[in-house]
Amino acid sequence: MNNLRARPSLLRRIFTTEDRAIGIHYLLLSLVAVAAGTLLSLAMRTQLAWPGIHWPLHGPMLPEEYLSLVTMHGTLMVFFVLTTAPQSGFASLVLASQIGARRMAMPWLNALGFWIVAVALAVLLSAFLLPAGGPISGWTSYPPYSAIASAGPGQGGGMDCWLLSIGLFCIGSWFSAINVLVTILTERARGMTLGRMPLTVWSWLVSSILILLAFTVLFAALVLLFCDRHLGTAFFIPQGDWISGQIVGHGDGSPLLWLHLFWFFGHPEVYIAILPGMGLVSGLIANFSRRPIVGYRMMAAATVLIGLLGFVVWGHHMFVSGMNPYAGTAFALTTMAIAVPSTAEVFSWLGTLWGGGLRRTTPMLFALGFLSLFIAGGVTGPILALPALDQYLHNTFFVVAHFHLIMAMAGVFSIFAGVYYWFPLMTGRLMSERLGRWHFWLSLIAAYGTFFPMHLEGLAGRPRHYAQVTGSTSTLAALLPMERGVTWAAFVLGAAQILFLINVLWSARRGTPAGENPWQATTLEWQPTLLSNRIERGPYEYHSGTTEADFTPQWETASQEE
Amino acid sequence: MLRGGAFFGSGLRDSWMPPNAAAHGIAVDQLMRWDVAVMTACFLLANILLVWVSLRPRRTPSAPSTWRVELVPLGLLVLLYIVMAVTAEHLWARERFEGAAPDALHVEVVAQQFQWYFHYPGGDAAYGESRPQLINAALGNPIGLDPGDQHGRDDIVASELVLPVHREVDLQLRSLDVIHGFFVPEMRLKQNAVPGVTLHVHFTPIREGVYPILCSQVCGSGHARMQAHMRVVSQSAYDAWLVSRAKRVAQ
Amino acid sequence: MPATFTRSVVDTERERKDPGFGGRPPVDRRPTGGGGGDENWDHRHGRGPRALLTRYRMGIFSALAGDLMFFMALVTAFFFRQSSGHFDGHGAYILDWHPLTIPPILYINTAILLISSVTMEMGRRQLFHELDVMEEWLGMGRPAARRAAPWLAATAALGVAFLIGQWMAWKDLASQGFFFASNPSSHFFYLITGAHGAHLVLGVLALFAALAALSLLHRMELRQIFVDCTAWYWHSMGIFWVFLFGLLVFFQ
Ligand code: HEA
Ligand code: HEA
Ligand code: CUA
Ligand SMILES: [Cu+2]
Repeated sequence: MNNLRARPSLLRRIFTTEDRAIGIHYLLLSLVAVAAGTLLSLAMRTQLAWPGIHWPLHGPMLPEEYLSLVTMHGTLMVFFVLTTAPQSGFASLVLASQIGARRMAMPWLNALGFWIVAVALAVLLSAFLLPAGGPISGWTSYPPYSAIASAGPGQGGGMDCWLLSIGLFCIGSWFSAINVLVTILTERARGMTLGRMPLTVWSWLVSSILILLAFTVLFAALVLLFCDRHLGTAFFIPQGDWISGQIVGHGDGSPLLWLHLFWFFGHPEVYIAILPGMGLVSGLIANFSRRPIVGYRMMAAATVLIGLLGFVVWGHHMFVSGMNPYAGTAFALTTMAIAVPSTAEVFSWLGTLWGGGLRRTTPMLFALGFLSLFIAGGVTGPILALPALDQYLHNTFFVVAHFHLIMAMAGVFSIFAGVYYWFPLMTGRLMSERLGRWHFWLSLIAAYGTFFPMHLEGLAGRPRHYAQVTGSTSTLAALLPMERGVTWAAFVLGAAQILFLINVLWSARRGTPAGENPWQATTLEWQPTLLSNRIERGPYEYHSGTTEADFTPQWETASQEE
Repeated sequence: MLRGGAFFGSGLRDSWMPPNAAAHGIAVDQLMRWDVAVMTACFLLANILLVWVSLRPRRTPSAPSTWRVELVPLGLLVLLYIVMAVTAEHLWARERFEGAAPDALHVEVVAQQFQWYFHYPGGDAAYGESRPQLINAALGNPIGLDPGDQHGRDDIVASELVLPVHREVDLQLRSLDVIHGFFVPEMRLKQNAVPGVTLHVHFTPIREGVYPILCSQVCGSGHARMQAHMRVVSQSAYDAWLVSRAKRVAQ
Repeated sequence: MPATFTRSVVDTERERKDPGFGGRPPVDRRPTGGGGGDENWDHRHGRGPRALLTRYRMGIFSALAGDLMFFMALVTAFFFRQSSGHFDGHGAYILDWHPLTIPPILYINTAILLISSVTMEMGRRQLFHELDVMEEWLGMGRPAARRAAPWLAATAALGVAFLIGQWMAWKDLASQGFFFASNPSSHFFYLITGAHGAHLVLGVLALFAALAALSLLHRMELRQIFVDCTAWYWHSMGIFWVFLFGLLVFFQ
């Protein structure tokens, strides 16, 4: 053993192709991204609560600076946190072992993907260093605003950085998706049939397919936008378009084309962000309430269905964008349809919890928090899905509340749940329950405190991307007190994350050693020894006795059981 | 934060939305109240359920039947979604599927960074031709009306939208530069102004007053202050306003 | 080091020894490949020497599925753009789409590309020739590789010829005064041919790499994989081109 203990050289550990190491790399990368994104959001909140506040070494924040904060915040969080950590990160970490494979199908491709994503992150952040600042057209970058450098500060170099970065990100996440997909399809151990895969694997499968089909479309759109910016074409720039005193439109480009391409990617993207979390939470709920998940087949089916329907609802972001109103009706119906499988998953989670006296460990707390936040954000979905109401709510803070609850907070809670749950696999130690509880309760309360009032602001008609609600012309000044309340809550929310970081650092060294299978889980990532026999059972076989040995892990064979 | 709380209380009465001032807004508000209420109920119910099941000690050792805990409630929710969809699509169809009545008042809304301009066809009820080349705000031609076109002679270009009450108005929106969002909360109305295309919305103001027009689509550093006023006045006041503006145009 | 890491370090150590991806070291009897619930597992296709091959085929096919979506997006844009015009001051609807005449050389290029697909397939077949494969497997010479090489070289040559042809087509259009930025149909002509050309450049590079691999790679199945994946990529680029070409010829 000793000679094996000898740790490989530093370089080898950095440029490794070992799945777990890459998984940790991915998590660290999104930790960097999330730290940056959080600081940006807190700066935004400060500006909104105390407009024109004097920043040290800087002075008051200009509107365009606020907008570049928003744009970078959204881009970082959506792409580099919620697409990266749950999908590429956790998959590299446990997917291979969960399906009983020795390793993923194409480790080198995985590593390549990671490094491309890392470069993409660097490129994106470098936009801040430019004199004109970062891009300011929002994470959706609607043209012609994003197509013409003179349209605003930051739309020159900053926008180019954004394009390059997201282009690289497409390729990187595309590689890691191929790896995940092929791993699931070809590497499963003997007897690990589709019907025996943990629900995490199901959701990684669906998300990786979504990535393959959606990100390539985004890539095409980026190419078109690049041509409009630098090669004098007119895909998105309309005839006679007149920007800052000169005419820049020479052909009949159509901005709506970008909206269609972007949202055809954009909606699947948001499900890519949440599906792995949903799968993980299903596993945790089964594990900690010590009983099989209710309606496993239905859950798997719902996951697949969400993936399929995700491709036919993009128009619900475009109800008032000038799209044909009949199309609006069609998209509203498909959107209501996609709410059904999500609701089904919610019910089977509640059903699994029903009366199963559960163990309230930290990962479970975060799973429950995910459930609560997912519902909180989800219920506003069907409201936004109705054009008649969306024509009032579109691009107001009601939408911001919707997606922060269901995407931001639910997604981040699933990341937390995963980190607390799989920490032993990374370090062999458990994270501190005490700190974990504090972190959970503070985050949950602060999350609601931050994002619930935003619904009310939205109903009051407060639009997005406003650098301040006060000001000479603004009619929304009455909302200022509420903005302050939200900001205070956001500060608490941000501060609560410090507990998490402390917990990670402390537990990695001093945490109580986990030993084998600390959560008495049934899925294969916890198998004590190399798997040599054949899988003969489903993923969640917790028989509900109250004894300790109330579960049969997947790696146990029938013979051992009798 | 306390004042936030007070604001919260005061808001609850009128369901948070600024008082409606448009004909179709009445139905929109009803629908909004109903749907928000129902979904809030779902949210509360689900979370109470969640807390309850996670605190309650183990009762049933075996998992409950899929049928009872999943399919039945799901069926109910599906019904709810269907009802929501049908009622809302009705409203949407009534508002948007067919255009304004022929006798509606026509005004062109021209958006540019970071201004709204309102272009009235004037006596001849025909818009003058306008070209981006001719845009020159300094010379009082912010939307590039062509002096050569006699339709344009009597056109009025204002920076506030003045409308007679109880008369349907057909706005045609266009943008000179980037995508803007034409948003009048009191009119329960939002429509993007997209460069290169002309989009129509129609509605009927039912209450006199001055209402803010906001920009709801990020369009640049001036996005937040890209606001104008919509003044809804009596028919007579509106005619008077037209006359006064017409005089100014004549000179 | 914490307990669990040693386990994965064991894995890394093992990697060093094992020659390549997925080749299974003696101690680890853990099978890989395809799950599957049937009892007589060992008869399942997808394990044994071909496991690696199926894995990489799966990879290249999923990559190509994504790539297909990329071209689909371009085609969507093509039709969307074709139908978008504007009203001039007098309310007349103006379409700025002027179809442009396809340079005749494209027909020749298309023929070349189709032929290259045939040679590619010939080359691929060589590497799955039972007897030769057995010989190579047993390490006695590389007959398969030797037979395949010329076919691959021919394919690469044809590929280069195709790219040159495309370049001439561009020159031709430029001489008529149609540049990328000239008008919408020329946007799409250059964009589509360019995007496809970029893919073919990759393909040609892959072919050269495969040629090198034939002599450099030590494991038979790696050589097979290299050629096989290149072949599938090449074929689908051929098919994509046929559709794109049809689009440019008939739908302008
Ligand atoms: C994942 C997505 C995500 C997340 C987490 C957040 C988090 C936050 N966001 Fe963000 N936000 C967006 C996505 C997200 N946001 C998007 C897409 C937009 C739209 C942008 C646009 O319009 O262009 C937006 C816009 C947006 C606005 C609207 C700006 C405007 O339109 O004027 C505001 C305003 O308050 C805001 C605030 C906040 C706040 C206070 C948080 C706080 O919650 C921050 C606190 C942070 C955390 C709680 C996360 C901590 C997580 C970890 C530490 C886990 C890390 C661990 C590992 C990775 C291992 N956001
Ligand atoms: C993880 C990300 C995520 C998820 C999962 C969802 C889920 C949903 N989203 Fe959301 N959405 C976003 C991320 C997400 N969204 C983002 C980022 C935006 C803004 C983009 C931008 O403009 O910047 C957005 C915007 C957005 C819009 C456009 C709003 C606008 O711009 O005008 C719409 C409109 O239809 C919509 C609808 C929905 C619907 C119907 C769901 C459904 O899938 C929701 C399904 C869930 C439920 C329905 C809850 C189920 C539970 C219950 C119903 C409880 C019942 C139980 C009991 C009663 C016991 N979303
Ligand atoms: Cu105009 Cu925002
Ligand atoms: Cu969506």
